[in-house]
Amino acid sequence: MSPRQPAPPSTEFTKGLWRENPVLVQLLGLCPALAVTNSVANSLVMSAAVLFVLVGSSLLVSTIKRIVPSDVRISSYILIIATFVTMADMILEAYVPVVHKELGAFVALIVVNCIILGRQEAFASRNPVGRSLLDALGMSAGFAMTMLLMGTVREVLGSGTFLGVSVFGPRYEPWVVMILPPGGFLTLGVLLLLFSWYTRRGDARARAASSGGADVEEAA
Amino acid sequence: MTHGTPSAPPARPSASSQRLIATLGGFGALAGLLIVSVFVATSPRIRANKAAALAAAVQEVLAAPDRYDTLYVTGTTLSPTLPAGADADTAEAVYLGWRGGAPAGYAILAAGPGFQDTIRLLFGYDPASSQLLGMRVLDSKETPGLGDKIFKDAGFVEQFARVRAPLVPVRDGQGDGLPNELVMITGATISSRAVVQAINTTLERIGPIIAAHVPREPQP
Amino acid sequence: MADLVWILVSAAVVNNFTLALFLGLCPFLGVSGKVETALRMGLANIFVMVVTAVAVWALNTFLLPSAPYLRIIAFIIVIASLVQIVEMAIKKLSPALFRALGIFLPLITTNCAILGLAIFSTNRGYGLVEGVFFAVGAGIGLTIALVLMASIREQLELADVPDAARNMGLVLILAGALSLAFMGFAGLFSTA
Repeated sequence: MSPRQPAPPSTEFTKGLWRENPVLVQLLGLCPALAVTNSVANSLVMSAAVLFVLVGSSLLVSTIKRIVPSDVRISSYILIIATFVTMADMILEAYVPVVHKELGAFVALIVVNCIILGRQEAFASRNPVGRSLLDALGMSAGFAMTMLLMGTVREVLGSGTFLGVSVFGPRYEPWVVMILPPGGFLTLGVLLLLFSWYTRRGDARARAASSGGADVEEAA
Repeated sequence: MTHGTPSAPPARPSASSQRLIATLGGFGALAGLLIVSVFVATSPRIRANKAAALAAAVQEVLAAPDRYDTLYVTGTTLSPTLPAGADADTAEAVYLGWRGGAPAGYAILAAGPGFQDTIRLLFGYDPASSQLLGMRVLDSKETPGLGDKIFKDAGFVEQFARVRAPLVPVRDGQGDGLPNELVMITGATISSRAVVQAINTTLERIGPIIAAHVPREPQP
Repeated sequence: MADLVWILVSAAVVNNFTLALFLGLCPFLGVSGKVETALRMGLANIFVMVVTAVAVWALNTFLLPSAPYLRIIAFIIVIASLVQIVEMAIKKLSPALFRALGIFLPLITTNCAILGLAIFSTNRGYGLVEGVFFAVGAGIGLTIALVLMASIREQLELADVPDAARNMGLVLILAGALSLAFMGFAGLFSTA
């Protein structure tokens, strides 16, 4: 998947935003992406929690990767991730109790969010701390971007508000289904279709350009 | 589980079981340390949040009492002390409000299945006149725009400050104008009925216990 | 008894784990290509869920009251170990069953449906019997969602879908339609 020659550090960060976006490309972490994006506030807090857990776990796993025997590495990773999730859960409950209640079980479910364990196994366990940090930040940023996009679409259409502030005025009849489960599925489905169409178009153009002999960078 | 791991992790010699246990044990200890420190740091604030939320709810349903006492339901009596072996967080309790030296009604928790999921609410009750003093929905997953009117519709909620127990739900326009009739929300009759049912069921059980209780101002 | 039935039916259709609560999406999207695999995954899930429900009740009753902050760690460790044990037990006791279910069992460990079941069960304060009914209902709901999606996808293989749309986006939109349909189950048991 990734090229074998060492890529410049900045790509470790940017790949999480688009090329290897955890939700749109790798199709991981869909449970929270659908469940908590019914409002922008929820999406923001969830993204912050995932950032905390992913960065914390990646740093720790990358630091201790040499002393962990291969047989117990998955168990160790899960233990580390579960620790960070427990901490995040308690911190959220203490400082943002209203949003914490709306997020409910999904903060705890970050433990089984495939993004986190996936990054430990695929990256943090075999890369230096600096790069692991960038990777974690990039993935979290990509996740946050997707969550915010979905959250905005669903809240604006479904409640007529953005972060609680009315966008269309009092006469707007909210498209309630957008903040209900079907709306979540629909929004992510359409987003994936658009994303896939866009990248295919970019790849097709790049193929056409290179087969024509022109010296061009891969689009998008 | 990881999705598409590109290659196997760098080969490490299989470690002795002592090393495995030591590693996991070490991580367990670290995990425990982190979690307990965050727990100790955040639990006072979490408890304060919960107490504040409850206090706000009691203030609302008992029409701003000066203060309130927590009375635990122990079998068939109410007692200011926790029954032996019970946990303060899970023991059933009612809250007796005081205003100007006289009892100002009991705030009672009720819960019951609504349209979507369980509805939890707090209501104020005066045993002498069998009259309700107020109602506040604490937890609801009812349909936004329809069922959630049980807490968003001010006209519905303020009925609970005047209606007499046992409540009889009636549709708008029907009913005989009796003091224990409660007009349901048009389009959300199931959620409204769920609220009524929860209150009636709870009063059936707790009403006699409360009626038999003699409020006593605790000695300072 | 009516309460228990309500718990089971509610978990199966009214608050379906996949279509209403968004749990168990990894198998839902990954395994729902064929009806037979979907059915087997669903059954394996029901089995693991019931065993988990019992384990969670035991944890909540005996171990966790003194250390509530260890809940998440305890649950995930128990679930992972349980799945290992169940897999070994099935392998020993019934090789036929193992051949039918076997490969799906490890996939279930990080399935958010199982952990979700544990957490919801705890938050609602279910006892042993209620927890088991809840688990059975949730498992049945998961299986229904999986099988429905698999049947649709099998038909879709033969349909004239544009290439750009032949991916998860389409599956999710279909899931949205299914979710919308399942919303019709709300209010099933209300006395209205």
